[in-house]
Amino acid sequence: MTKINTFIISLSISLLTSSGLMAKGQPTDWQMGFQEAASPLMAELAGLHDFVFWIITFITIFVFILLAYVCFKFSAKRNKNPSQTTHNSLLEVAWTVIPVLILVVIAIPSFKLLYKQNDFSNIDMTIKATGYTWYWGYEYPDHDDLAFDAIMLTDDELEEGQPRLLSTDNMLVVPINKNIKMQITSDPAGVIHSWAVPSLGVKMDAIPGRLNETYYRIEEPGLYYGQCSELCGPGHGFMPISIKAVSDEEFAAWLEEAKEEFASTKDDKIVLK
Amino acid sequence: MSSHAPSFFKRYFFSTNHKDIGVLYLYFAVIAGLIGGIFSLLIRMELAEPGMQILGDDYQKYNVWITSHGLLMIFFMIMPAMVGGFGNYFVPLLIGAPDMAFPRMNNLSFWLLVPSIILLVGSGFVDGGAGPGWTLYAPLSTSGHAGPAVDMVILSMHLAGASSILGAINFITTIFNMRAPGMTLHKMPLFVWSILITAFLLLLSLPVLAGAITMMLTDRNFGTAFFNPEAGGDPVLFQHLFWFFGHPEVYILILPGFGIISHVVSTFSKKPIFGYLGMAYAMAAIGVVGFVVWAHHMYTTGLDVDTRAYFLAATMVIAVPTGIKIFSWIATMWGGSIEFKTPMLFAIAMIFLFTLGGVTGVVLANTGIDVALHDTYYVVAHFHYVMSMGALFSIYSGFYYWFSKMSGVDYSEILGKIHFWLTFIGVNITFFPMHFSGLAGMPRRIPDYPDAFAGWNYVSSIGAYISVFAAFFFVLVVLEAFMRRRKAQINPWGKGATTFEWKLSSPPPFHSFDDLPKVK
Repeated sequence: MTKINTFIISLSISLLTSSGLMAKGQPTDWQMGFQEAASPLMAELAGLHDFVFWIITFITIFVFILLAYVCFKFSAKRNKNPSQTTHNSLLEVAWTVIPVLILVVIAIPSFKLLYKQNDFSNIDMTIKATGYTWYWGYEYPDHDDLAFDAIMLTDDELEEGQPRLLSTDNMLVVPINKNIKMQITSDPAGVIHSWAVPSLGVKMDAIPGRLNETYYRIEEPGLYYGQCSELCGPGHGFMPISIKAVSDEEFAAWLEEAKEEFASTKDDKIVLK
Repeated sequence: MSSHAPSFFKRYFFSTNHKDIGVLYLYFAVIAGLIGGIFSLLIRMELAEPGMQILGDDYQKYNVWITSHGLLMIFFMIMPAMVGGFGNYFVPLLIGAPDMAFPRMNNLSFWLLVPSIILLVGSGFVDGGAGPGWTLYAPLSTSGHAGPAVDMVILSMHLAGASSILGAINFITTIFNMRAPGMTLHKMPLFVWSILITAFLLLLSLPVLAGAITMMLTDRNFGTAFFNPEAGGDPVLFQHLFWFFGHPEVYILILPGFGIISHVVSTFSKKPIFGYLGMAYAMAAIGVVGFVVWAHHMYTTGLDVDTRAYFLAATMVIAVPTGIKIFSWIATMWGGSIEFKTPMLFAIAMIFLFTLGGVTGVVLANTGIDVALHDTYYVVAHFHYVMSMGALFSIYSGFYYWFSKMSGVDYSEILGKIHFWLTFIGVNITFFPMHFSGLAGMPRRIPDYPDAFAGWNYVSSIGAYISVFAAFFFVLVVLEAFMRRRKAQINPWGKGATTFEWKLSSPPPFHSFDDLPKVK
């Protein structure tokens, strides 16, 4: 019963209030749509999805109404004598051409979004993420090769307010309002992972031997969560991505701290190289 | 009439008769489907609530379950039921042929599946089992899995693939050479068309899979490095090879269903099919275009952006012939005199639910949107709507449609309808909420999930319990029919049923035709 109650409450909340009140950067109970967009690209992605969503909803309802009408009107009870019509050229041309037109209407904004997602002309800084079994390693090549690993917190390590299976011991700290290029790869001797943060509209496979790229720009300070999105073995569900977006000053302060804290990690990496 | 039938053992174990082999395939598919159904039940039990429910910390076992569930349902349930079962039984009857072209090869096709499924199910009990997912992506399936479990899966796929290739050769030869006098290609029933196209897809795509998994086998055991980046190989190469097979494969799973639905809709509307040529060539178009869209499964692997743009456009094209099929079915019903028997209920539900699964496919085709949805539960919802509702409902529809013809006894209409509603309600409660989880960002193939996803997962699990109950209820419907032994008529469906099989006794004699039937 509690489940149903929460469902009704959260449903009415999401219907009555603007989505601004919902927690950002992570899923919420009984959520039915995208997480609130935290980057311009995700906002555009969600916009295109909404556009396509209305078209497909219309098509589905249209087919449902046609089927319902046919089942009602032409049931054996109501229509004893079946017609024997088997052709109608005009109709057949129509249901070929109209879908083509609808698809063209979808495809045009879709191409635009695709090329925008791959426009790396305005990059402010770069971060490299490497997938290991089963955690993410991060490097800041623009900031003295600062490097650290982010390992999921187990249930007993969680503190109040930290979401289960999404929180890591070290967060990826990034400045807001900067176009951040993520270089994503995987341990050369490892398996494929995928670096994904739903609220940023980012998902890119981490493939051994390849360096993939994607970018995002976070507009507001906050915490943003994601999970590995390519089956990578038993620990696949347990290598989350957690990002802390901060102002430029806070980022600079964090960098100083982090360089000291992770100095040993960095040495390790150099020795390994 | 059935005077030439050999003894039971000879008839079913050494069988060269297309009808007996078809029946064997159907029994096989039911058994494999129930095993696969039990895996889905276990998966949904584990996912019913956040935290680990039944697995403890054995996360690998979860991956073994999803891998087995996928492979069982695809290779050992849908394909044997549609192509092996209905295809073998009805293609020769529908074209007025005495049997398949190569009866002994037909026998081999079936019996290769038995060791194949034993290897697959057996792999689950060896060295922690095989858990790379049904897509078998390297390097998780190579360096990621020590021990023989994945090797067993690879050999299992080799056998299943060989079985299907032999079957495909058999169907193509039969359909091209053994049609009754007067039956031109353009007079062939649509189910035969669908099997012909499917056979070509099998013949062209399965060798690619065989090559890919052979390379995987040598990577694992004989020191090659096709997919090993440390030695100059490329894991993405495997994905290209796999999906060059894998995408046609999903049309292999659904095209025979399209054929079945056409027969059922036409029969129960008491009207000939609307736009016959459009229907046949729409299937051919789906088959052809299906070969050039494979990389839409790989949008997040870092493909070149222009490549992605091409695959976006090509994938969208598939929606057009699919739309032609949907609208032609509705047009066939238009003006008809529709009887709502169990097969027709499954067919109508299939048309609607396949549309629903199809339009979410259009969403996923958009590379830009797919970035948010790839590898989430939205994809799981999409392919279960087209498979678990599209393909499975077609199989049920065909099963109830042809059951009395194959068995000589009638199923109980009331039990059949209960089975339909149970299935319909169960699968929708299971899979519809997955759209929500997916949009919210829940990744696929995880044994435990963040607490926010709990609500819809709980609903899904309840739906799955209903669906699995429905699957066992189906067995009950069949058992009831065999126990009561209500004698079947030659043509139970009336004047709408016009194809050859409805002119033969139920069940048809061991040798179907004493004289070649003629087509007007």
